[in-house]
Amino acid sequence: MTRPRRIIAREEYCIGCRLCEIHCLVRRSRSRKIIKAFRNERDKVAPAVQVEQSGYASFALQCRHCDQAPCIEACITGAMHRDPATGAVLCDQERCVGCWMCVMVCPVGAVRPGQDRRVASKCDLCMGEEMPACVANCPNEALVYQSEDE
Amino acid sequence: MMSGILDQKDMSGCAISGMLSETGRRFGCDAIVRSIANMHERSNGLGGGFAAYGIYPECEDHYVIHLMCDHAQGKKDAEAVLASRCAVHNDEPIPVRPTDAMPHWPILHRYFVTPREDKQQRQYRMTDDDAVVQVVMAINADVEGAYVFSSGRNMGVFKGVGYPEDVAEFFRLEDYKGHMWIAHGRFPTNTTGWWGGAHPFGLLDWAVVHNGEISSYGINRRYLKNFGYNCALHTDTEVITYLFDLLMRKHRLPLEIACMAMAPPFWAQVQRMPEPQRKLLTVLRTIYGGALLNGPFSVVVGHKGGMIAFNDRIKLRPMTAARKETMLFVASEEAAIREMCDDPDRVWYAEGGVPIVGELRPAAVSAVNV
Amino acid sequence: MASETDQRSRNHARRKWLIGPDFVVQRDPDRCIQCQVCVRQCANDVHEYDAEEEIVRSDSTTCVGCHRCATLCPTQAISIRRGNLEFRPHGSWTAGALRNIYKQAETGGVLLSGMGNDETLPVYWDHLLLNASQVTNPSIDPLREPMELVTYLGRKPDAVQLAGSGVSLSLATQLPPQLELQVPIMFSAMSYGSISYNASIALARAAKELCTFANSGEGGLHKDIRPYGGNMIVQVASGRFGVDVDYLNAASAIEIKIGQGAKPGIGGHLPGEKVDASIAATRMIPEGTDALSPAPHHDIYSIEDLRQLIYAVKEVTCYRKPVSVKIAAVHNVAAIASGCVRAGADIVAIDGYRGGTGAAPTMIRNNVGIPTEFAMAAVDTRLREEGIRNQASIVVAGGFRCSADVVKAIALGADAVYIGSAALVAMGCHLCQKCYTGKCNWGIATQDPYLTRRLNPDVATRRLVNLLRGWALETKEMMGGMGINAIESLRGNREHLRGVGLTDTELKILDVKAAGA
Repeated sequence: MTRPRRIIAREEYCIGCRLCEIHCLVRRSRSRKIIKAFRNERDKVAPAVQVEQSGYASFALQCRHCDQAPCIEACITGAMHRDPATGAVLCDQERCVGCWMCVMVCPVGAVRPGQDRRVASKCDLCMGEEMPACVANCPNEALVYQSEDE
Repeated sequence: MMSGILDQKDMSGCAISGMLSETGRRFGCDAIVRSIANMHERSNGLGGGFAAYGIYPECEDHYVIHLMCDHAQGKKDAEAVLASRCAVHNDEPIPVRPTDAMPHWPILHRYFVTPREDKQQRQYRMTDDDAVVQVVMAINADVEGAYVFSSGRNMGVFKGVGYPEDVAEFFRLEDYKGHMWIAHGRFPTNTTGWWGGAHPFGLLDWAVVHNGEISSYGINRRYLKNFGYNCALHTDTEVITYLFDLLMRKHRLPLEIACMAMAPPFWAQVQRMPEPQRKLLTVLRTIYGGALLNGPFSVVVGHKGGMIAFNDRIKLRPMTAARKETMLFVASEEAAIREMCDDPDRVWYAEGGVPIVGELRPAAVSAVNV
Repeated sequence: MASETDQRSRNHARRKWLIGPDFVVQRDPDRCIQCQVCVRQCANDVHEYDAEEEIVRSDSTTCVGCHRCATLCPTQAISIRRGNLEFRPHGSWTAGALRNIYKQAETGGVLLSGMGNDETLPVYWDHLLLNASQVTNPSIDPLREPMELVTYLGRKPDAVQLAGSGVSLSLATQLPPQLELQVPIMFSAMSYGSISYNASIALARAAKELCTFANSGEGGLHKDIRPYGGNMIVQVASGRFGVDVDYLNAASAIEIKIGQGAKPGIGGHLPGEKVDASIAATRMIPEGTDALSPAPHHDIYSIEDLRQLIYAVKEVTCYRKPVSVKIAAVHNVAAIASGCVRAGADIVAIDGYRGGTGAAPTMIRNNVGIPTEFAMAAVDTRLREEGIRNQASIVVAGGFRCSADVVKAIALGADAVYIGSAALVAMGCHLCQKCYTGKCNWGIATQDPYLTRRLNPDVATRRLVNLLRGWALETKEMMGGMGINAIESLRGNREHLRGVGLTDTELKILDVKAAGA
């Protein structure tokens, strides 16, 4: 059985444009419209992906949905859980109390404090959509959405 | 050349038929005329013609030049060119019978010649055939008002503006007996019809009748120019004839190979063939790209060795064939075949790209030597 | 190389010009979201983010019109317009002519340009029309019938020799080496150095996938491209960069480059800034030095010298690979081509005046050479007249924009065509013509590692394959329309062309009738 799909970054093709960050923000916004989201919602929503850069090398980094997820182990309420279908690590924001232990234990720094609420905020693979926003909008196909077996 | 040649390429919607006795038995023209008259609707009366083989047995070594001229000066100039390269043994007007159907006709004359052995011929190692080709090309390209329409040995082309059955009557074809007859009725779409444009096209012993249009004409013509063939007539038939002459006479390719050069199998088929055949066909097509004939065609070719009927490789024109004992019949329609032979042993349709070959067998031939 | 002070003063001097910018960046304030993608992507520092006022501003002075920012802008907030200074209209003193003088007055240098001739001279492809069959001859449906584009390039004998007879009939002819193409289009010579590694590899991969060939250009053959040798043609140019025995044997054919359409008569120039370690290794020159190809090959001063080189190359490759000679289309191109054929070339490549380049002096690029169309017609006619057309295949290049151009070229007599600019455009080039600066924003004509990442070779390969696939299908449609199902019947078949808006002389040279005739 093939492993479920994950977002894989190909560092050699990342051009550091950060369009992934922009479209992630739009996808997570309430209005889902780019101009409106950037005008009105910057204080409420932030992208779940961040481009790490050094010199001309760069790549987009988001939650790796680790098999052994430190954030799930650290979570005191069980808000951080694994989705049985996709194996993705998701945060139930109704149960989250904002202790931010997950923020501290994440080895790649992919979990961040929520923008306007005291919750944990991170990539959820654009649950329910055909293709994650960052992958769909990368102009150089540096991000791919595929099973690790492919 | 004759007036009436437009700078337009001719196209041919038509009727064709042919019959051959493989033993060389000579017979009259009634059967072939009946067959072509049966296909009357395929022509429009602007061209008809015949080629007959074995009709001049008494002088089988002479090249018989059939000449048509607009005017006396053209005839004189053509004769001068002819006499400069050939010894003219005999000449006479071609016997004709005026008919209501064909009220006007050019000067029609025939010459029995052999090429002179001369320095130029020896120097360029030209054969007699080469020399005759050269003379014919010279007259057709350069002599104003004259056109050679037949130049073979012991054969002749008879053609003009009219339905083929009328042309047969005009040329008194009932007076001739031959072992092979080829006929054509024309449906030209561009010219008002001129005598030289009718089929068959003849050069040496080659006579070609053709139904269809060669869409590769432009390149075939330029390819032939490479080898010294001047296609002055702007007809497909001319190009087909010269290709046969080039491939079979000058390059000495066997008939099947020549046909494979002109109508090669598709690359997809070639890839599936066993090795020696695959290599041969690949090399053949690579070298003879300029000889590839594209476009719909049904062609009947008469030559001294027999008769070939040949279709384009995707079979866009009709061709039916039949055999009875040692006779071979081909025609655009089966009804026309039945006019030539009402009880054939076998009737079939030609396959695209595969020639039907009738061979004159020398052992069975009597004193006739074509 | 120039010192840093010279460099800075050059940059500084650029801003003092007496003319406005070539392009003006217009930003729609209602649409701009200050995302700064444009800031990050422009290699010419046009856009800047003012953190204090939280707004992105643009300085159009250095804009080259490459459209990188505009196409990547997620809200389409940017328009690139022509420069904002309208000169009084003048038939002779065009804005371009004036600008050139201002630039030269400032710098005293040679005007440089990238890509091909951009003058408004007639494009003869646009004056040639194609035929279609009706009534007297059926058109052929390419979706239902085979339509053959297979092409063989190389020397061919005039006749085939057979041995034996009947059942034992066999082939006696040994065909000289040929290149087999599944589509009559190849990728033109673009050197590794003038274009990036990613671009080079994409061309090689696409050639392999399409079963055609890519030309390595005069920059040598990178070791990563050697595995694609079965689909590569390597070039021996006047600088002989990267040429050794292994190089010559690595590919399927060798091309001796005498000239190119963009700059007939002069050599190539790759500035030292573009010669990094990898380029230096491939070209076998020291890192950071200018790669200067001299104007003539200094061992080819006459036609017999060319013959000597052709046969030297054939000896080294054991006569197993076709040797091509690439010449620029100049006034007596027919005679030169004939000479090349008689000197032993198996393929003659003719590059017309619209051919592209990484860098050429503007005056030469725009004023030297003749159109590809005439060159092709003249060479084909001449070789046929001399009875030697079969001895070499003719490939033409120089500004092919679409499949119709290709079909017309083949109808004029080409065995195949080379595309250069079209391939780069397929990969993302917007023809800003600044290749010589080494700052190609699309990652194509640059070695800057920050910029070369922008060309994903997988994406580029896919785009090239898509382009040629589309063109091949269109070609088949046009051929079928003409009632032809084999490309041999189109090749040299000028009956299927008609001219419109051409003078009698032009029609005569092209040997094409006027439309309606």
